[in-house]
Amino acid sequence: MSFSLGRVGAVFHKEFREFRRNRFILGTIVVLPLLFIIVPISDLFRHAAPALARVQVGTSLLLMLVAPVIMPATLAGYAVVGEREQGTLEPVLTTPVSRQELLLGKALAAFVPSVVVGYGLFTVVVIAVRIGADSTVVDAVWQAPNFLAQALFAPLLAAWSIWVGIAISTRASDVRVAQQLGTLASIPALGLVALMSFQVLQPSITLAIILASVLAVVDIAAWRIVARLFDRERLITGRQMR
Amino acid sequence: MNAGLSGATVVDESMSRRPWFVRRAIGFGWRPVTWQAWVITAVAAVIVVFAAATARIAKAPAMIAVVAAVLALYSITAAALSRSVAPAEPSLTPPPPVDPVPRQPAVPSVRRPEPVSDATRAPALAVEHLTKRFGQRVAFEDVSFSVAAGEVFGFLGPNGAGKTTTVRTLGTLLTPSAGTATVVGLELTERNGQEIRQRISIMPESPGLYLRLSVRENLELFAGLFNVTNARTRIGEALDAVNMAARADDICANLSKGLRQRVGLARALLNDPDILFLDEPTSGLDPVATREVHDLIVGLRSRGVTVFLTTHRLEEAERLCDRVAILNTTLRMLGRPDELRAQLFSRSLVVITAAPLAEPGHTFDEVGGVQSWQLDDTGRYVLTVDDAKAVAPPLTRALVAAGADVQAVYETQHTLEDVYMELISDDVEARVR
Repeated sequence: MSFSLGRVGAVFHKEFREFRRNRFILGTIVVLPLLFIIVPISDLFRHAAPALARVQVGTSLLLMLVAPVIMPATLAGYAVVGEREQGTLEPVLTTPVSRQELLLGKALAAFVPSVVVGYGLFTVVVIAVRIGADSTVVDAVWQAPNFLAQALFAPLLAAWSIWVGIAISTRASDVRVAQQLGTLASIPALGLVALMSFQVLQPSITLAIILASVLAVVDIAAWRIVARLFDRERLITGRQMR
Repeated sequence: MNAGLSGATVVDESMSRRPWFVRRAIGFGWRPVTWQAWVITAVAAVIVVFAAATARIAKAPAMIAVVAAVLALYSITAAALSRSVAPAEPSLTPPPPVDPVPRQPAVPSVRRPEPVSDATRAPALAVEHLTKRFGQRVAFEDVSFSVAAGEVFGFLGPNGAGKTTTVRTLGTLLTPSAGTATVVGLELTERNGQEIRQRISIMPESPGLYLRLSVRENLELFAGLFNVTNARTRIGEALDAVNMAARADDICANLSKGLRQRVGLARALLNDPDILFLDEPTSGLDPVATREVHDLIVGLRSRGVTVFLTTHRLEEAERLCDRVAILNTTLRMLGRPDELRAQLFSRSLVVITAAPLAEPGHTFDEVGGVQSWQLDDTGRYVLTVDDAKAVAPPLTRALVAAGADVQAVYETQHTLEDVYMELISDDVEARVR
């Protein structure tokens, strides 16, 4: 049987409907990212010397990239083990949906709101900066590379976080454990932000291209890798496959 | 419940679900139709605007390549998710030959009847020495049986006997440890798993509905997973079949256990399966709903659907099943209910007299074909005989000749429950592992 976009779409559609009716998830999607932009926004509206403004802006914008990493962790962590606990996984596995189709549908359902919220927050911040921040900060924020970095890295980082979360969810025995472990996906992103903040790594176009390429390759490969981790028998019976 | 299903009607199978994009009638490109398509269009537009702004502000011609790439990807996506809304051309190929008794769809008016051969056609299920172990523990072992197409096959056994594990194995959810099987004519292998699951349907004991979604939304998901054409019509028919059409928009969390069971049954009918695995389908149902499910199963059988039924209700198995298998880790018996009774229990005659016989041993020993006799607590004589119909007349004459006032002479019928209790003597599930 061939890969079916229809089946992926059916899973995606179902996941979206469930998110809309789950207040906890809606709250996570809306409230959690706001917590991640409080510090960057407050930094951006502080008066800073022109020499420091660029560094300050760079750090703040990097911190905003953590939001699309943290936010999908909750959604992705629930993806598999949550359905297993709810008792809805087995009926789905009795259908022709393949592991790849099922996981892609779930990943897309977590990806779309994460990226939309990430882009939305960035748009709000840059417009707010344009209206009310110092001219040095405005000049530092409204640079093409900043826009490009957000446009490029937000979806790549969100996808990374989602695949890590789903991978953990396929092997975890409990939703809470899966969601907490899923936040570990943010460690590489936080590490990079820290290295750039402390000037260990100098942000540049070259570095951005290298990182984006690596992330893109990893994200595409992760789909296949996570599908291999998806063990039907173990998920249904709770036992390790022989 | 609509157990008296109407006959099949032909539906144009070229009509599909609503496309996300449609090709523009004038000009080039695709127009978004659904909200999903608008989301994709909005995301693509944002990226294009960003890239174009960067190309302009930073004077970076390379960004133009990004714009072109995004536009190309959007076009490919729109083309993949679009379909022309022109009606399909009429088919020029001749229809397949149809035998006199075609199998009709489980839920009517969606599929053309498939050609069906006579009784010599391949079995729906053929299992050979199938075994499943979980480490040291044996779930079931060396199980062999076959199920004919269109048969209602009962699978009985105590808790922990391996019934559900057998269903999961045949449904490709678990990998057998040993043995082979063919399901709907396909060998039970991982490679065939997707194809097999497309042609069967499994209703687990607990329906596993998404409680935040409505009944209709739950069925829409599974219609999508089975790539069911004309999903809306099919869902309506499946809900009609289980008498849930009026509750289609109710959230499943608000349904009782019995109603959720019905929704699970409707879900199992969506893909018009060749084999329907039902695991305790009447669990939690009241007697009226139970009778409706029974009528539905009878209706499915008349349409040639193979039903594999696991149940604890022995009267249900006796009423519905053509054959039953009794499993207790290994297969204990297999056959028609009356065959199992005949195999396991000798024939018995019961004699009721107005007063106890003076010399019952002498009277009964003189009648040929009587193996043994006993007097039960109610004063009836229970005789074990070779052939009840042959022995009854001479026995009656002997009793009259002995001066007995005969009130009744009749054959006793052992039930399937008697067979089951005779075979299953231990509590498998409570056994120390």
